[in-house]
Amino acid sequence: MTAPLLEVENLSRHYAVRRGLILPRRVGTVRAVDGVSFTLARGETLALVGESGCGKSTTARLVLRLVEPTTGTVRFQGEDITDLQGEPLRKLRRRMQIVFQDPFASLNPRMTVGAILEEPLIVHGLGDAAHRRARVEELLGLVGLASFHAQRYPHEFSGGQRQRIGIARALAVEPALIVCDEPVSALDVSIQAQVVNLLEDLQRRLGLSYLFIAHDLAVVKHVADRVAVMYLGQIVEIAPKDALFADPRHPYTRTLLAAIPRPDPHRERHDPVAGGDMPSPMAPPDGCRFHTRCPFVVERCKREVPALRPWAAGHLTACHRAEDLPAMETARAASLAPAAAKRLALYEARRGRVAAGAG
Amino acid sequence: MTLLSIEGLRTVFRTDQGDVTAVDGVDLSVARGRTLGIVGESGCGKSVLSLSVMRLIAPPGRIAAGRVMFDGRDLLSLSSAEMRALRGNRIGMIFQEPMTSLNPVFTVGEQLTEAMRAHDRRASAAELRRRAVAALDRVRIPAAARRVDDYPHQMSGGMRQRVMIAMALACGPDLVIADEPTTALDVTVQAQILDLLRELQQQSGMAIILITHDLGVVAEMADEVAVMYAGRVVERAAGAAVFDDPQHPYTIGLLGSIPRIEETRDSLLAIEGAVPAPFALPQGCRFHPRCAFAGPDCTEAQPPLLEIAPAHQAACIHAPVEAFAG
Ligand SMILES: Nc1ncnc2c1ncn2[C@@H]1O[C@H](COP(=O)(O)OP(=O)(O)OP(=O)(O)O)[C@@H](O)[C@H]1O
Ligand SMILES: Nc1ncnc2c1ncn2[C@@H]1O[C@H](COP(=O)(O)OP(=O)(O)OP(=O)(O)O)[C@@H](O)[C@H]1O
Ligand code: SF4
Ligand code: SF4
Ligand SMILES: [Mg+2]
Ligand SMILES: [Mg+2]
Repeated sequence: MTAPLLEVENLSRHYAVRRGLILPRRVGTVRAVDGVSFTLARGETLALVGESGCGKSTTARLVLRLVEPTTGTVRFQGEDITDLQGEPLRKLRRRMQIVFQDPFASLNPRMTVGAILEEPLIVHGLGDAAHRRARVEELLGLVGLASFHAQRYPHEFSGGQRQRIGIARALAVEPALIVCDEPVSALDVSIQAQVVNLLEDLQRRLGLSYLFIAHDLAVVKHVADRVAVMYLGQIVEIAPKDALFADPRHPYTRTLLAAIPRPDPHRERHDPVAGGDMPSPMAPPDGCRFHTRCPFVVERCKREVPALRPWAAGHLTACHRAEDLPAMETARAASLAPAAAKRLALYEARRGRVAAGAG
Repeated sequence: MTLLSIEGLRTVFRTDQGDVTAVDGVDLSVARGRTLGIVGESGCGKSVLSLSVMRLIAPPGRIAAGRVMFDGRDLLSLSSAEMRALRGNRIGMIFQEPMTSLNPVFTVGEQLTEAMRAHDRRASAAELRRRAVAALDRVRIPAAARRVDDYPHQMSGGMRQRVMIAMALACGPDLVIADEPTTALDVTVQAQILDLLRELQQQSGMAIILITHDLGVVAEMADEVAVMYAGRVVERAAGAAVFDDPQHPYTIGLLGSIPRIEETRDSLLAIEGAVPAPFALPQGCRFHPRCAFAGPDCTEAQPPLLEIAPAHQAACIHAPVEAFAG
């Protein structure tokens, strides 16, 4: 294997929390990201999952050098970029782009789509005016929009189309890595499916790597090659997708999996999900940070911090009791009822017939 | 026994682009102790429908036609005072964003007692406080006797949603309308809240109308399901039948669009195109520009919702699609 595209080592970002208007004083520290390490290969998708506030977006910003790390290093294409400044940093930005959750908030309402797509080309001094126009047209085609869309403004587009514009903008400068921060969370399922298909198609065609942040594990199961599960600023389990879903070795991963409502009315009710709320990131529990909610907790967990250790090839877990966890019930393959299976197959066969207009 | 029955409901908004019929001739019902799930994509009229039932549509919107029969009475013909007496008493409501429905300057206890006092003027302050603590206890807020004095911002999102449920249930309603009650929450908290709703329903026998865009939530919760598209109900069936025997092409497309944990396919069967703007609805079947089974006959008239199997209705002239597609 060649060197990974992205290597993140022991990355942390702590925020001081202050209270008081007149004389703000430091009342604590939020360990938004606290010692995170992972790699991402070319053409690969690594998903970051976990509940709200666990540090997914902060990790993304650290990777993109949009916030400064408290500790740790980020290497991109083998080069340490942690302290890059000025022109080299600007050049680096061409290679890493981001797609946000809210397509509306991230597009300037006063610019036409053409201008939005051209802007990064101008910023990076890529091509002359004629070349840029051609590139804008090409980008619109790549994401399934039409050339006349270049003259329109963001408010004239649906949510799914706006997300396509956001993706086209990220693609403009031919990045190697795209960080997708909840790219489909705000979209309806039918539109979400269009955008997921588009991202996968672009990855195949352009060899992109994705750092894919999501809270929907079903979407992650669909798009990811590997998955990292975060809890209170730390990675608690990381594994190839199939291993993670078939044989999760961290109780928190199991909790997340059990909690997902399945679109299967015949499925037996899940076991009660780990109770309680996420502890405050200002005062994470001692020992294992998950111990206040963990169904497998023992005394040791309250004292000793579990290290992230290898369980199987490429599969790491941070749980003292990984060996003790029972085998996962083999999830019954969602067997569609015959009538539903038949109609979905018919639908698949006929789908191409719909005027393949932009979504 | 049917508790609520909506008949021919139509709700219209006056806008700059002309009149928008957000809910267009909807018939639905729910029985005591049962859960009706309403699914559909953003803008299809789910919230307007529930606000119409509660008579909470304000100008430029108005209910243009229909009846809402609740326990034998048409809610649309009640006086405002009669309606106010029903709301929060016999019909409770839970919204998506607890923060917008809870008042930030009062403690949750004050808000709970306020809601209860409105429907029981004789109870003493001490009695109301006792009931408020009991209500919080019932939705499993730990240390309820202490948290009753918390302000909403001192609670987590899941906790606030529990408070909302406690408020909706404070007076023992017959019907609870929950509009995306868990959409803003993490999955683990969502699972706890759904468990709680199910359990409270078993205890009290209340009917629930659960509005969601998540087919997983529907599968777990609903006894009956209505699928809405562009202001209309396009399919109605028992909960399992919608998944096992989907009839309307839109329902089939939704089922194809969802990624599933227990299954992997190369690409998702997305529905092409987007939901039409409400002031530019397609002629005939509103789904036809996106429909894989559409034919020329689909643009002629709006297909009525017809019985296609026992207790199963669909609004598609080509259903069942295998007969049409051949
Ligand atoms: N600029 C900041 N100042 C102080 N605290 C911050 C800042 N940015 C993030 N945090 C805190 O760091 C933690 C992690 O936040 P982050 O946005 O990375 O979470 P997330 O996993 O992306 O959550 P979500 O799923 O809600 O987007 C949170 O507790 C958050 O409140
Ligand atoms: N006050 C209003 N003025 C004009 N149009 C409105 C108003 N409220 C709702 N509408 C329109 O009515 C339609 C239905 O809206 P509604 O809020 O019921 O959708 P929804 O199904 O609840 O969507 P979501 O899933 O996004 O909550 C939309 O097209 C909306 O634009
Ligand atoms: S280390 Fe202990 S508390 Fe932490 S996840 Fe494992 S069993 Fe649970
Ligand atoms: S009536 Fe025609 S367009 Fe409408 S759903 Fe049926 S087949 Fe599709
Ligand atoms: Mg985030
Ligand atoms: Mg709504």
